[in-house]
Amino acid sequence: MSTDKIEKKIVLKAPRSRVWRAIADAKEFGTWFRMELKGSFAPGARVRARSTEPGYEHVTGDITIEKVEPERLLSYRWHPYAIDPKVDYSGEPTTLVEFRLEEVAGGTELTVTESGFDRIPAARRAEAFRMNDQGWAEQLKRIERYVSA
Amino acid sequence: MAGLVRAGPVFSALGDETRLALVARLCAGGPQSITRLTAGSDVTRQAITKHLDVLAGAGLVHGVRRGRERVWELDTDRLEEARGYLEKISKRWDSALARLRKYVEE
Repeated sequence: MSTDKIEKKIVLKAPRSRVWRAIADAKEFGTWFRMELKGSFAPGARVRARSTEPGYEHVTGDITIEKVEPERLLSYRWHPYAIDPKVDYSGEPTTLVEFRLEEVAGGTELTVTESGFDRIPAARRAEAFRMNDQGWAEQLKRIERYVSA
Repeated sequence: MAGLVRAGPVFSALGDETRLALVARLCAGGPQSITRLTAGSDVTRQAITKHLDVLAGAGLVHGVRRGRERVWELDTDRLEEARGYLEKISKRWDSALARLRKYVEE
């Protein structure tokens, strides 16, 4: 079990070039992600984002693009789940989001990972006590054995 | 101790291994006094108190006075609430990717 990252894998019934465009073109990305983006996805670019998700229109933030490797990888940094207008997230560490594309039979496999939660204050507690199927009490007992060993 | 090194990042919330051990003890053994928490450890009572204060500041434990001693207890409400954070982010990705599927497959 990863302690620091969320990973999602899906196979899309669409050619890699199509999936790439939907992810790497800021306008297309905004359409499905429900974000209005000012700027384009280029390495090092800081793109201003505003949510268009119903009920979350007050949410704004910056996305800093890291890597753009056509049809293979797009990565950026942002503040995860920064939806409380009363909180200034700018001083908090960011998470790294990576979109990886791979051609598979019948379409394109997309792997999305978001990592770096160990450094996010709100997530730190969550991650520390994240339950797997056995529950956190079990996990902690296991850790206790490590500690006292 | 190799196990602890591996498990360390999981508990980065707790900042260090002493606090990790304290939470583990409170979890496994239920509410406990400082005397019990200090027993068998080479950390001083004063240091343990300091660590408990840090954990209390994060809302992870709270102390209840019982007679002459203070008994420390894990704050499960706070833990439950914190647990929901990553689940929310994970769900948000699920729905975003469902929209992406619709977007590129149509």
